[in-house]
Amino acid sequence: MRILLIDDEAELVSTLAERLSIRGIDADWVCSGKDALKKIEGASYDIAVVDIKMPKIGGIQLKRMMAEKNPGMKFIFMTGHGSEADFRAGSEEAGADYYLVKPVDIEELMTKMKEVLEK
Amino acid sequence: MNKQWEIVGNEGFRFFGKMNASISHEVKNILAIINEISGLLEDLTSVVEKGVPIEPERLKALAGKIQQQVRRADGIVRNMNTFAHTVDEAKKTVDVGEILAFMATLSGRLASMRGVEVQVTLSEHPVTITTNPFLLENIIWLSLDFAMGLANEEKTVRLIPEADEGGAIIRFTGLKAIPADQASRFPADGENALIQALGGKIALDQDIREIILCLPETHEQ
Repeated sequence: MRILLIDDEAELVSTLAERLSIRGIDADWVCSGKDALKKIEGASYDIAVVDIKMPKIGGIQLKRMMAEKNPGMKFIFMTGHGSEADFRAGSEEAGADYYLVKPVDIEELMTKMKEVLEK
Repeated sequence: MNKQWEIVGNEGFRFFGKMNASISHEVKNILAIINEISGLLEDLTSVVEKGVPIEPERLKALAGKIQQQVRRADGIVRNMNTFAHTVDEAKKTVDVGEILAFMATLSGRLASMRGVEVQVTLSEHPVTITTNPFLLENIIWLSLDFAMGLANEEKTVRLIPEADEGGAIIRFTGLKAIPADQASRFPADGENALIQALGGKIALDQDIREIILCLPETHEQ
């Protein structure tokens, strides 16, 4: 399983990537939509875990752009913003495979990543 | 309640809500980071229990990262507290440069989300006026919000306080040519009601591409 984590909070995604690698997951991370698009040019990922609120290219827009380049990729959205109900509705509308509210529970993330890939 | 004060009240609630939502989002991000670092420490403990040594420096670095995030949260909460107390006094003598610097900090995350940087160019001497600080911050935010949407290719909006005969001027610079449909939208009812409550004037100067706020030295409401 190869994962790309995308969030403008570098400390968050770098630490999350390290925790996933301890669990045997191959995880890369970037801090912007622009870098994410560059990253998928040179490598393929099974799942992108994307923060919904990011400067310049937001998560929903980024999902559309990444899905165009890599139609098989799955998407998990995460946010620390707004109510969970609003976020869930927005994620579903954008076609996310799952959504997480920060702070992220890594065991939930692990479980959902497996489920999303088995779908 | 007359129409103008009803608008001022509604704008105030919107402004307070917007800033609080931004602050809470940032605090939530900090909690998420601390959550991940503490989770990583737990993971590393499990690794050590399996007999794999961990360098003490690694643990020190993680503790340092937690402290860094605590300092970041402390700064945000301090700003939130300062903002909440702005409503304590309806009339106060304020340093306009200080208020602008505070607003630039408070709206930093919102600006960054739009790919814009907000800078304040302070004058040599402090520019002070006696006014309603909360209404002043509100009109600064509305003007800044509009200015950010019109930021030129440098993507930097500069706020410049200047002393003026009988008061102060605040200039919002760094704007691109203003399309007619946008120009007609500013100042809107909210900006007009607020500037009237502050006894000042507001203008969008399309020739020099600036928003200009003129505020009296003292205003009796």
